[in-house]
Amino acid sequence: MIVQSLAFYLFAAVTLASGVMVISARNPVHSVLFLILAFFNSAGLFVLLGAEFLAMILVVVYVGAVAVLFLFVVMMLDINFAELRQGFMTYLPVGALVGLILVVELLLVVGGWAVHPTAAMMSGAPTAPGSLTNTEAIGQVLYTRYFYLFQAAGLILLVAMVGAIVLTLRHREVRRQSIGRQVSRRAGDTLEVKDVPTGSGI
Amino acid sequence: MMSQSFHLALPEILIAGACMAMMLLGAFSRADRTALITGLTVATMVVAGILVLMLPEGRQTAFGGLFVTDSYGAFLKITVLIAAIFSILLSIGYLRREMMARYEYPLLLLFAVLGMLMMVSANDLIALYVGIELQSLALYVIAAFRRDNLRSTEAGLKYFVLGALASGMLLYGSSLIYGFLGTTSFDSIADSLIGVTTPSLGLVIGLVFVIAGLAFKVSAVPFHMWTPDVYEGAPTPVTAFFAIAPKVAAIGLFGRVLIGPFGEMLPQWQQVITFIAIASMALGAFAAINQSNIKRLMAYSAIANVGYALVGLAAGTEQGMRGLLIYMAIYVVTNAGTFACILAMRQKGRMVEGIADLAGLGKTQPMMAFAFGVFMFSLAGIPPLAGFFGKLFVFQAAIQAELYTLAVIGVVTSVVGAYYYLRIVKIMYFDEPTESFDRPVGIDIAGVTAVAAALTLLFFVLPAPLLGSAEAAAAALFGG
Repeated sequence: MIVQSLAFYLFAAVTLASGVMVISARNPVHSVLFLILAFFNSAGLFVLLGAEFLAMILVVVYVGAVAVLFLFVVMMLDINFAELRQGFMTYLPVGALVGLILVVELLLVVGGWAVHPTAAMMSGAPTAPGSLTNTEAIGQVLYTRYFYLFQAAGLILLVAMVGAIVLTLRHREVRRQSIGRQVSRRAGDTLEVKDVPTGSGI
Repeated sequence: MMSQSFHLALPEILIAGACMAMMLLGAFSRADRTALITGLTVATMVVAGILVLMLPEGRQTAFGGLFVTDSYGAFLKITVLIAAIFSILLSIGYLRREMMARYEYPLLLLFAVLGMLMMVSANDLIALYVGIELQSLALYVIAAFRRDNLRSTEAGLKYFVLGALASGMLLYGSSLIYGFLGTTSFDSIADSLIGVTTPSLGLVIGLVFVIAGLAFKVSAVPFHMWTPDVYEGAPTPVTAFFAIAPKVAAIGLFGRVLIGPFGEMLPQWQQVITFIAIASMALGAFAAINQSNIKRLMAYSAIANVGYALVGLAAGTEQGMRGLLIYMAIYVVTNAGTFACILAMRQKGRMVEGIADLAGLGKTQPMMAFAFGVFMFSLAGIPPLAGFFGKLFVFQAAIQAELYTLAVIGVVTSVVGAYYYLRIVKIMYFDEPTESFDRPVGIDIAGVTAVAAALTLLFFVLPAPLLGSAEAAAAALFGG
């Protein structure tokens, strides 16, 4: 039990700290790297909850795809982050005030929140609990009960991909090097000798 | 419980499979396969239509209750498929002339049709959302299909941003409904509302948000702002498609959601739908008067027509739904014909869209002027053309449901609307001819015009098939 608590506090602390670093790091590439660290530690929290499938998905999707995409965007777009950060201090009081109001509101809401005693029973488990790992459980629901929606979601993604390609892909006329044509070219093909009389153009 | 009855979804499965097969064909084939794929798309939709007709009778659900087939869905699916076939036929010549012919166009259209079929068969809030999203995403792309044209790109972007907003509202409403009822299935929602006289406020708010999201998709006032800009900016055959197929599917979905699971909440949603219907009819009638661009005019006409169809829904009765279905079927035919005429408006190889360009058409091209006149008279609701019967049935239902104000306002606005439809007839027949349009227009456009004109003109001779199937479809919705 103590190990679990220690692990929880470790993961939670690192997640929070790296979350703070994401927004405060000077170098945007460092921000993205801290974001990856935050994702990894959140995955650790999921493992502690017994949701190992979500933990894997978090690492695969968010670290593997999203964070790398962010990294690409940060590196490819020439954004002057130092300039964006100018005036940070002037906006700080207003920002802090907004944050404070949000915190107070959250406390008011959560403080007055009573969970209905039967709520836990109402959230029906679609598969028999305890008999399956949660990867199997998600798979069973996704590919049987929600099979139709799963396939439809796949079609939507396909349409999104086709749409992006249709609207942006252009087959530009790129001049490619053809060594055969270069070598076989004769001076007579390209040069023309003209006898120009004095005082008149061609 | 776990009924995986794939055969009920056979039309959808066929379309999805055909889409992917044709995409592979288009992507991997070295030669240009646009013409072949366009032909195959039409063939797929014809076969899907036959499969819809061959579905078992009665109400059946598949995929664990997410998907439902009944004669209501079948009626709408056939209408959507006919509308889509019309719009593909209309687009062939235009796309070729404007150098836009690419194989993705018919495929995206087919994906949109797939989304529409899923919409009208939805039996769950999630299935509803997924269908709408599949349809909308394909529509956003084909609105911007002419990507080098500023207005087409603007139309696509505008439609996308506002559509995303509407999807957000729809989802928010769905989450409220789920939160207050604990289920997303239409059957369970209907069960849990039986005998409830005063539903909780959160549920009502959720339903209003869902109505707002759906109202956007049918372009009903006050969620109509995108319609004129998108209709004007999108390529004309795309506008034709927008005006007919998605409207039918979304109106049908409107009926399925409100009559099915929320039938017990009629007093709550009736006033909302009544307001939307009145506002749409009024805005469509008055805002169209000053338009000089025929595509914008048709956009306002579409808004007004949605208003008339919603009159049938506001009645909330079987007669009302029958009127709505008849109205939409006639609307599809008339509008397909109108857009065929608009696509025939070319001068020196260039499309023109001004209403003034139609001047003197009665002298220069009497056949086209006659067909255009038939469609305008039908849209104005002049007997004995088809449009008159559409209006007759919805207003009749409104009177029977004792919504007298709604019916009276509907008649008044349709008189106002008659002004701008008849103005086009006047310009065609009584104004001095200007430059004449290019001829020939091509067999596809001429064919669609002729078929639509014949159906509009001669509907009163044999109305029984449409009336009968609409009646059966409406009865299916009310569990008859």
